[in-house]
Amino acid sequence: MEFLGDVAAWFTDPANWTGRDAIPLRTAEHVMLSGISLLVGVLIALPLGVFIGHTGRWAGLVVAVTNAGRAVPSVGVLGIAYSLTLPFIAAAGLRGIGTLPTLIALTALAIPPIVVNAYIGVRDVERDTTEAARGMGMRDWQVLRRVELPLALPVILAGIRTASVQVIATATLGAIISAGGLGQYIVVGFAVRDFPMMFAGSLLVVALALTSEALFALAQRAAVSPGLRRASTRLGDTVAGLGL
Amino acid sequence: MTDPGLAPALAASGSVVAFEHVTKRYGNGPTAVTDLSLEIRAGEICVLVGPSGCGKTTTMKMVNRLVEPTSGRVTIDGADVASLPPVELRRRIGYVIQQVGLFPHLTVAENVAVVPRLLGWRQPRITERVEELLDLVGLEPGEYRSRYPAALSGGERQRVGVARAMAADPSVLLMDEPFGAVDPIRRERLQNEFLRLQARLRKTIVFVTHDVDEAIKMADRIAILQVAGVLAQYDTPDRLLAAPASPFVEHFVGADRGLKRLSLARVRDLPLEPVVTVAAGESISAARQRVPDGTRWVLVIDARRRPLGWVAAHDLKGDGGVDPDMAVPGSTLLQPESTLRDALSAMLASSVQLGVVVDEQDAVLGVISVAAISQTLQDGAGSPQP
Amino acid sequence: MTDEAPFFRTDWVFDNLDMLALRTAEHVVLTLIGVGVGVLIAFPLTLLIHRRRRLIGQVIGIAGILYAIPSLALFGLLIPVTGIGLVTAEIALVSYTLLILIRNGLAGLDGIAPEVLETATGMGYTRAQRLWRVELPLALPVIIAGIRIATVTTIGLVAVTALIGQGGLGFVIIQLGIRRDFDTAILVGVGLSILLAVIADRGLVLLERALTPWARAQTEGT
Repeated sequence: MEFLGDVAAWFTDPANWTGRDAIPLRTAEHVMLSGISLLVGVLIALPLGVFIGHTGRWAGLVVAVTNAGRAVPSVGVLGIAYSLTLPFIAAAGLRGIGTLPTLIALTALAIPPIVVNAYIGVRDVERDTTEAARGMGMRDWQVLRRVELPLALPVILAGIRTASVQVIATATLGAIISAGGLGQYIVVGFAVRDFPMMFAGSLLVVALALTSEALFALAQRAAVSPGLRRASTRLGDTVAGLGL
Repeated sequence: MTDPGLAPALAASGSVVAFEHVTKRYGNGPTAVTDLSLEIRAGEICVLVGPSGCGKTTTMKMVNRLVEPTSGRVTIDGADVASLPPVELRRRIGYVIQQVGLFPHLTVAENVAVVPRLLGWRQPRITERVEELLDLVGLEPGEYRSRYPAALSGGERQRVGVARAMAADPSVLLMDEPFGAVDPIRRERLQNEFLRLQARLRKTIVFVTHDVDEAIKMADRIAILQVAGVLAQYDTPDRLLAAPASPFVEHFVGADRGLKRLSLARVRDLPLEPVVTVAAGESISAARQRVPDGTRWVLVIDARRRPLGWVAAHDLKGDGGVDPDMAVPGSTLLQPESTLRDALSAMLASSVQLGVVVDEQDAVLGVISVAAISQTLQDGAGSPQP
Repeated sequence: MTDEAPFFRTDWVFDNLDMLALRTAEHVVLTLIGVGVGVLIAFPLTLLIHRRRRLIGQVIGIAGILYAIPSLALFGLLIPVTGIGLVTAEIALVSYTLLILIRNGLAGLDGIAPEVLETATGMGYTRAQRLWRVELPLALPVIIAGIRIATVTTIGLVAVTALIGQGGLGFVIIQLGIRRDFDTAILVGVGLSILLAVIADRGLVLLERALTPWARAQTEGT
């Protein structure tokens, strides 16, 4: 089709590989936005989820808040972050008007799936196993580190994977507040009816999303003890699917 | 073992089930059943028993075609079961399994009504039948009809399962460890009640169990199967115990065959001994006068003549009323259908070596003693059934 | 919150009630079509996979891939093919519901106690009767849970369709709100979609309770 020819032309056009709108640049922006938010999200949500899973405290509250949070559309989170940070953008010193709110929004979106999965993952480690560990003389944090976390790992990874899907998707939307990233091609392409650019941008986003998924699939398989392998793919997938 | 005394003249409402050289092999793998031939007479309970892996459940399932034989055939009243479409066949055969498998989303009444509905019965007839069946299994229809299985205890679920299997009045019933999922005390009760039921209905029953004692108690005829579904012996319980056909049978039945033969006799085969009873709250002095000299134990009962416990005769002193809290609990209550074996176990476990026999309302009928049972052991095993 | 003088303009809300109502209605319609078509497609697919388990890998795989693709990108891929309009939006929305619905449908059917199925067959249910009278009713809670999740997710995604010219509350949030730096619109848009999500979720919970009276029975002693 002629259209695909136009798309190929866009990819091979050297103009698209230099300057502010360059493909590598936009890709890097997208990866940075997603990566940083995911990392921060993990740093916040993982300890929290593990804590409430291990101790059982505040579980009801946290889960309720998280469930409530699911009702907020990602565009909405972006919009609220935007309106909140508007006055402070000048002081931020980050590139682009939309980077900061996008980072905030993405982090906020990453937290719920990670918290919930960490909580469920740790909580569902069978009591028998942890009691046996305690009975053998392990201290509390040792039980956590050597027993609960490895057993909860599949579910936790599934949660981070879910969060990553959300983050990459919303980073694409960041284009509407000029945050950069690959979404720019799609949004601008649509606005000026440059469909080859729009399509090409979409392909790049899809490539990024699928690459991330593939990496996570590998990570899940590698990080999970062989003894758990059969249970992990089902449970992790189900939790990710149902908990979403 | 059904009661021969009760209406043997009643025509059996069951069919004749026959296995003709039935073999079941799975692919190139193990043989589950090997050349099995036996005939189950109408109205009889045939118990299939054997170690795990002996193919007893597989055999049973070939009657309603949940499993198809590799060779040979299964017939009901002479007709090959393979000649009917499986779905229709199954609607004419009752089926009860150990976990019961009640449909959680249907009420008790709806569960019982499943097969009649599949057969297209009209609603009024269904309602009537459900009522009848719930009564039959001892569940008050008004109370249980609209309950959901999740709200029932294990024993209640078992009963609904039996009622459900009998709903369309099948001539053949298949039961796979139907009483296995309840505790021993409840199981004994369920067995007794079922035997009473069978005495009235005379259905043909294929009953699977791994428990040889249950087999001896329930069966008109027992088929002992060995590994790979080889028939080791097919006989009445009495002949099985008296003359085991092979070392395997002997070993499976157990070394305590003499004791097991006690399972063949029932409490009602022995004369009941009278027992001195006092009512709870009755004045002690009045009670004392009724107690003959030499009596060691006196039974305390309530207003409905249900036993509350034993009191030593010499403890009946002083004034005041008979206090039920003074009573020592006795053994589990026995019913006329209870086997002497169960009676003996129950009595030996209590401090008072007397077993109280009660009727269906739990009212006292009399007692039997360990001595009487020992005498029976010495005389040979009670009255063997023909 | 910032202390910009009048941060939240209630007067604007009242002035634009009919516009907001319209956008909310659009949002509801888009969601209903998305979930509705999703269920229509997922239902037979689930039954098919349930029968032929070999398909499970491929179908779940495809649905999973679709799910991981950001909605904006999916629009971008579809528009040159199906144009700018409702159909494009719905194709994307429906795709996202498929993974959730099929996964839950299968989980529901797989979660039925095997003895119930065995008894149903043993008593003389045909395969079809067993499916419709036993398996599906018992799988209902998990299926409805899936519909709930799919609905809430779709409500969120409908907002994005505003970027390709559809209406709904996304129009309020993005075009009226973000694009014009207008906080009130952002908040109202978000608030209304949260409200929709909550109503849909609770409504489906009530539906589930109505359809599964047996789930509330408790065991009384044993």
